[in-house]
Amino acid sequence: MKEVMRVVKAGIYKDNPVFRQILGICSSLAVTNLLTNSFVMGVGLMFVTAFSSFTVSLIRVFTPKHIRMMVQTLIISAYVIMLDIFLKAYFPSMSKALGPYVGLIITNCIIMGRAEAFAQNNKPFISFIDGLMMGVGYTIVLMAVAFVRELLGFGSLFGIQILGDGWVNWTLMIMPPGAFFMIGIVIWASSRLFPKEDQEKGGAKV
Amino acid sequence: MIEINPLVIFFASIFTNNMILSNFLGMCSFIAVSSEIKTSLSLGQAVTFVLATTSVLNYLVYHLILVPLGLEYLRFIVFIIVIAAFVQLVEMIIERYFESLYYSLGIFLPLITVNCAILGVSLFMIIRDYDLIQSFAFGVGSGLGWTLAIVAMAGIRKKIMGAKIPKGLEGAGITLIITGIMALAFLGFSGIVQIQ
Repeated sequence: MKEVMRVVKAGIYKDNPVFRQILGICSSLAVTNLLTNSFVMGVGLMFVTAFSSFTVSLIRVFTPKHIRMMVQTLIISAYVIMLDIFLKAYFPSMSKALGPYVGLIITNCIIMGRAEAFAQNNKPFISFIDGLMMGVGYTIVLMAVAFVRELLGFGSLFGIQILGDGWVNWTLMIMPPGAFFMIGIVIWASSRLFPKEDQEKGGAKV
Repeated sequence: MIEINPLVIFFASIFTNNMILSNFLGMCSFIAVSSEIKTSLSLGQAVTFVLATTSVLNYLVYHLILVPLGLEYLRFIVFIIVIAAFVQLVEMIIERYFESLYYSLGIFLPLITVNCAILGVSLFMIIRDYDLIQSFAFGVGSGLGWTLAIVAMAGIRKKIMGAKIPKGLEGAGITLIITGIMALAFLGFSGIVQIQ
């Protein structure tokens, strides 16, 4: 139980994949201009990270060391394909809006990073929780960025108009630069809110 | 097939649809490697080369093998395997025959397999329904655009080395803010050519 709590804390703020490890921002900044999109993306990532960590951990004893990267990639791709087919079947409009970014979850460094750093050396259940929590931490940051971007850029939240007619949309916020500025600000704010306990973990940036 | 001149795609993917600045692809290595101009130039070259070839390879694999067999949904796995296999092959060839090149480029090649930009280009080209020549132009253009962005970033980071940066922003934070400003500057190109 204690271990579970530790993993939960690590995923959500201590080792948050986005602002602490700077991982996985590649494939997903693009979807943060709408809250709904980032929510779906976050849940999708949670699913893929949790289950691929689980599977990697399950077969970790049988996987030869030198081909483990390839095996991990294949496991991740299999789950991403499931996610893609699921979205296409039940949420076709969402699948269109996310475009290639669903497929790009494969190259999202968080998943590979967790498989390599955690699932490879831990039991299946705790790896599953770890993957899930990394996904949650990631989703929280994504939603925070999307909250500001959608509110300022469209005057709405989850597609519902919040700010009145008098509001002038900040077009900058929905364009790419807005995402870069917001994520920079999130990193800044988080380093003040959750100061690093042990300096320089090193090797986190891939 | 949409009729867009390959040249238009080429320039658009360098300036207006830059992989990093408008599609956020390849950010990981962009942030990690952009601290020195020379290394980022080498990485850029490697990325351009791999992008140009894998976009053609993946195009052929997709249209000659996956589509006739009705296996389009397998494209993620297949593209990743093609990219990984190709990168491995290139690494072996240049290690064997071009030793000096291996020492300047070689260490970056494994990094490239997990570069989101490579897979991204292949996926975009399928979604946008490009033909072979358009895909090649898109691949080369995206690679050059990526190189341009990372080299420019390395130059800027060198200049701000002595600058006083708020403590929380050091490293990745300031890089992202600069990228934002750079993306803002690149928006100025958006009138010239436009795809999609």
